[in-house]
Amino acid sequence: MNAPAQFRGLRAEREEEWRRLDALVSLCERKSPRALSDDDLMALPVLYRSALSSLSVARETSLDLELVTYLEHLCARAYFFLYGVRTSPGARLRQFFVHDWPAAVRGLGRETLIALALMLVGTIAGYLLVSAQPEYFNAFVPGDLASGRDFSASREKLRESLYSGADQDGLAFFATYLFTHNAQVAIFCFALGFAFGVPTTLLLVYTGAMLGAFLALYGGHGLGPQLGGWLIIHGSTELFAIALAGAAGLRIGWSVVFPGAASRLAAASMVGRGAATAMVGVVFMLIAAGLLEGFARQLIREDAVRYAIGLTMLLLWLVYFYAPRRPRNG
Amino acid sequence: MARRAKKAALAPRDEAAMRRRLVTPEGVDLGLTLATAGQRMTAFMLDAMLMIAVLVVFTLVALLGLWATEGHGLEVLAITWLLGFFLLRNFYFILMEMGPRAATFGKRIAGLRVVARDGGRLTADAVIARNLMREIEVYLPLSFLGFEAAGDGVDTATTLLGLGWACLFLFFPLFNRDRLRIGDLLAGTWVINAPKRSLTFDLMRGEATGATYQFTEEQLDAYGIYELQTLEQVLRAGNDDSMAAVASTIRDKFGIGEVDSNEGFLTAYYEALRKRLERKLLFGRRRADKHDR
Repeated sequence: MNAPAQFRGLRAEREEEWRRLDALVSLCERKSPRALSDDDLMALPVLYRSALSSLSVARETSLDLELVTYLEHLCARAYFFLYGVRTSPGARLRQFFVHDWPAAVRGLGRETLIALALMLVGTIAGYLLVSAQPEYFNAFVPGDLASGRDFSASREKLRESLYSGADQDGLAFFATYLFTHNAQVAIFCFALGFAFGVPTTLLLVYTGAMLGAFLALYGGHGLGPQLGGWLIIHGSTELFAIALAGAAGLRIGWSVVFPGAASRLAAASMVGRGAATAMVGVVFMLIAAGLLEGFARQLIREDAVRYAIGLTMLLLWLVYFYAPRRPRNG
Repeated sequence: MARRAKKAALAPRDEAAMRRRLVTPEGVDLGLTLATAGQRMTAFMLDAMLMIAVLVVFTLVALLGLWATEGHGLEVLAITWLLGFFLLRNFYFILMEMGPRAATFGKRIAGLRVVARDGGRLTADAVIARNLMREIEVYLPLSFLGFEAAGDGVDTATTLLGLGWACLFLFFPLFNRDRLRIGDLLAGTWVINAPKRSLTFDLMRGEATGATYQFTEEQLDAYGIYELQTLEQVLRAGNDDSMAAVASTIRDKFGIGEVDSNEGFLTAYYEALRKRLERKLLFGRRRADKHDR
C-alpha cells in the first residue's frame, strides 16, 4: 500500500511549481510579459514543461479529477501564452502597411478585375436603360439618395447640385457619416461573399447601375464631364475600395464552391484570412474616400482640379498596391 | 460551487464528444474541450448587452455634452458618436480577441477563448476574418427584422424569406459537430473552454478518518472511476443534502447502518476506493465505471 503515498508525493512536490506558473501566466494575461522579472521570464518555459510532465504523470497515475483538470487547463493556458508569438503593435502595424496589405490586394488580382467588370456591366446597363426609359431611374436610385436629382429636375438645379458646398459647417460630420456608411456596406459586401458570392455580385452590379443612372441623368443634360469631376475626386478611391471588398467576397465565395485540392474547410480558412487583411485596408481607403468626399469635393469647385486629385489618388493606390517590390527577406 | 455542481451534471459522453486533440511540440495531448452552442450564445448575449449598455451611456454623455455646450458642440459630438458607434460595432470583438486572453468580456465570463484550429498561434487576420463575418450572422437577420418593423414597402413574404435565409447563417453552429460559426470556418479558428481552475485541497487528507471504517473487498469493488470522481465532486461541493443522499445510497447498498457523519464516512470510502483504483491503474487496469468488470 505504498504506491498511493507516492502519488500524493506528486502533488506535494510539484504543487508549488504549478502555482508559480499559474501566477506568472495570470500576470502576463492581465498585464504584459514585460511585467515579468528576468528570473520569472527564464523560469516560464521550464515551469511549463514541468507542468506538462506532471500532467502526463497525473493522467496515468492519479484519479483526482480536480488535479487532472487543473493541470490540463493550466498547461493549455501556458501553451497558448508561450506559443502565441506576439509582436509589438507598432511592428505589426508597420508590417501591415509595408507588406501585408498590398500583398493581400495583389492576391485578389483576378477577383478585382471581375469585380470591376461587374461594376462596369452594371454602369453600362444602368446608363442604357435609363437613357432609353427615364422611368427606370427611380428603380435604380432610392429616393433619399436622389434627393430631388431626377428627370423632373431642371438643368440648373442639377448643375447646382454638383457645385453646392454651401453649408461648410457640416462637412466633417458629412465626411464621417459617409465613411461609416460606406465602410459598413463594404464589410457587408465582403461577408455576403460567403453565400457563394451571389449577393456580392448583385451588390456590385447594382452599385454600377446606380452610377450608370446618374450618368444618364446628367449626361442627358450635357453635364457628363462635370458629373465626372464630382464623382472622380472621391470615387476613384471609394469605388476602388468597394471593388476590392467585392473582390474579397467573391474570392471567399469561389473558394467555398471550388476549393481545389484542399478540403473545403481548409480552402475557406486560407482564403478568409488573406481577404480579411484586404478588408482592413478597405476600411482605411474608405476613411480617405470619406475625407475626400466630405471636404475636398465640397471645397473645390474646379472640374480640372477635381479630376487631377481623383486621378492622382488612383495612381497612388495603383502604385502602392501593384508596383513590383523587392521580395521579402531577399 | 454552483458552477462546479452543474459541471458534474454534465454527462461524460457530452464532454467526450466535445473533446479535441491538441498535441503540443512536447508530445502531450492537451485535450481541449470545445465550447457548447449554449456557452457561445451566453457569451455573445453578455457581449451584446455590454455593447448596448456602452452605447446607451455614450449617447447619454453626448446628449449631456450637447446640453452643456448649448448646442454648439453638435458637430463634434455627432462625429464622435458616429465614429464611436462604428468602432464599437466593428472593432470591439476584434480588439478584445487580439489580446493575450483571446476573449471578449462575455467569453471571459463564460470561460471561453478563441484558438486556431491547427493549434498554431492565433493571428490578427484570423481574428479580423472571424469577426467581420458577424455582419451576415447577426446584423443581416437583424436588418431583415428591421425592414419588417419599419414597413419599408417590402412585403412580408419577402422579408420572411430573407429572414429564413439569414437565419441559416445565424444557426450555422448547430449544424456541425465542431460548433463552428461561419466566421470560425473562414478564419480557421474555434472556441474552447478555458475556465480558470483553482486547485483547492487534496481529498486524501489523512488516516484519521480512514481508520474508523473498514471496507471489504466486495464493497471496494462495487464502483469504478466514474463513480469515484462523482463522489469527489460531491465531497468538494460540500453540500450536506447531496452528501446525505449519496451516503445513504452507498450504505443501503453495503448494508451499513447509521454513521456519525456522512462526510466522514464518504471521505473514508473515497480514500479507500481511490487507493484501490489507483493501484489497479498502476497495473494497467483502468476501470471506467461500475459496469466495467
